Amino acid sequence: MSAIGISKEDIKTIMNSEQTTAQPGAAPKLVTAARPSAVALKTRIFFQWLLPPMFGLLLLGAIWTLISHQSPNLPGPVSTWHSAVELFSDPFYNNSPNDQGIGWNIAASLERVGMGFGLAALIGIPLGFIIGRFQFMSRMAAPIIGLLRPVSPLAWLPIGLLVFKAADPAAIWVIFISAIWPMIINTAVGVSKVPQDYMNVAKVLNLSEWKIVTKILFPFVLPYMMTGVRLSIGVAWLVIVAAEMLTGGVGIGFWVWDEWNNLNVEHIIIAIFVVGIVGLLLELALTSLARQFSYE
Amino acid sequence: MEKILQEKYVQLENVNMTFFTKKGTFEALKNVNFSIQEGEFISIIGHSGCGKSTVLNLIAGLLQPTSGNLFCAGREIAGPGPERAVVFQNHSLLPWLTCSENVYLAVERVFSASETKIQLKKRTQAAIELVGLAHAADKRPNEISGGMKQRVGIARALAMEPKVLLLDEPFGALDALTRAHLQDELMAIMAKSGCTAVMVTHDVDEAVLLSDRIVMMTNGPAATIGEMLDVELARPRERLELAEDSHYNHLRSEVLKFLYERHARKAA
Repeated sequence: MSAIGISKEDIKTIMNSEQTTAQPGAAPKLVTAARPSAVALKTRIFFQWLLPPMFGLLLLGAIWTLISHQSPNLPGPVSTWHSAVELFSDPFYNNSPNDQGIGWNIAASLERVGMGFGLAALIGIPLGFIIGRFQFMSRMAAPIIGLLRPVSPLAWLPIGLLVFKAADPAAIWVIFISAIWPMIINTAVGVSKVPQDYMNVAKVLNLSEWKIVTKILFPFVLPYMMTGVRLSIGVAWLVIVAAEMLTGGVGIGFWVWDEWNNLNVEHIIIAIFVVGIVGLLLELALTSLARQFSYE
Repeated sequence: MEKILQEKYVQLENVNMTFFTKKGTFEALKNVNFSIQEGEFISIIGHSGCGKSTVLNLIAGLLQPTSGNLFCAGREIAGPGPERAVVFQNHSLLPWLTCSENVYLAVERVFSASETKIQLKKRTQAAIELVGLAHAADKRPNEISGGMKQRVGIARALAMEPKVLLLDEPFGALDALTRAHLQDELMAIMAKSGCTAVMVTHDVDEAVLLSDRIVMMTNGPAATIGEMLDVELARPRERLELAEDSHYNHLRSEVLKFLYERHARKAA
């Protein structure tokens, strides 16, 4: 390469950049070629994005119908639909503590999940930061997390009942203990993955621990943390049905059990759909929230 | 008024650096001795893996020597400090902050004890303007080009008004044209600020063009200073004029001979 003049490589880059600037001239051709097919674009979206999920749902309905024909006790889609219309026409009635509308049941479950999950976030996220930041803490926490995390959430219920001596706090306790692990672990992993470059910047600038946490660690860890939050809420919503079946009261889980005792199978199937849809909505809400916080 | 410049502003005395890794010990530097005059621009050049970045990190205080002493302005270097600002090779800007916020973080740390918020903002703005990025001050690092990112890195370092500016292959990741442009700008900025600078590079032209003195390092392991070369070229320097300057070309070939004849790297 010549001293400081322009070398062959430089000329190459200039030539290349000319080539790339020449390309936009070719681009309008592509655009005009694509323009008349605005309708075609819509049909493509329909075939690629709408049709396959519709097929999937239809297939599910078909299998369900088929099974319901074989097994006379299982109601088919049509009778379930009629039952659902009736059920959702009055979702917020309140006849007695054990006979409330589906809306109240969903609300009660969401409240428990919110409480248990909120407490788990309140404790789990700061704990994750501490574990990720200090190796000593990480090594200290490793056996505890390793031992307790694989335990089935419902195994904690008797402990909750024993300590709190009431069903409702026990259910919240089960949600708490099963939702806390993903938040601790994901936050800690995020903190431990902060690039050394950023920490070197912090060192060279002599930033205070508070500035390190607010200006470097927190923004970097946020996406990891949100993954933990999403996993946690998923687990919490999974566990609530089982927990409520055991503790009773108002809630979607207990409602399923109640309808099983009434042998109202339509309502059980409706409950399955309700649990699925609410879980999906929670997931979607948190995914869009996570996107808001992403710096990229 | 001419200030009396210290002969040995930055000083390295018998510095040894050994890394202890899982695979065993690795002796990176052995008996490194040199000093830098106040206001001087020094380049450290050598083949990759020779420990030139280690020398820079030692001066920055990011590493502690296994044995030996380092001094800056008469005081022992005990750790990183804002009087020794670093421009990192990969710019190391925080991606969630805008360009001016990145600079402000440094300014705030150094001057917030003695100045008002308005003064801090002015300093930030001045640093951004110095590197010609006023139009991109509110952009995030991923919205600007590699050359612009490196300018913000330089602005961040200069805004701290360091005594010593440490540059770790600052233009290594840039294309040739952007690199030349930024080298010219750095020369102009350094002439204005008059601060001492240490730059690690593997680019011979860059070293000769920018430096007052070139420190050439032998190959590792146990690398040390091989030779020193004084670059007695008048400033301001013009790259086009120098391209045909015989003394420039002589200096350039001196460095090349050191790198490829006397200390050629064994084929990897």
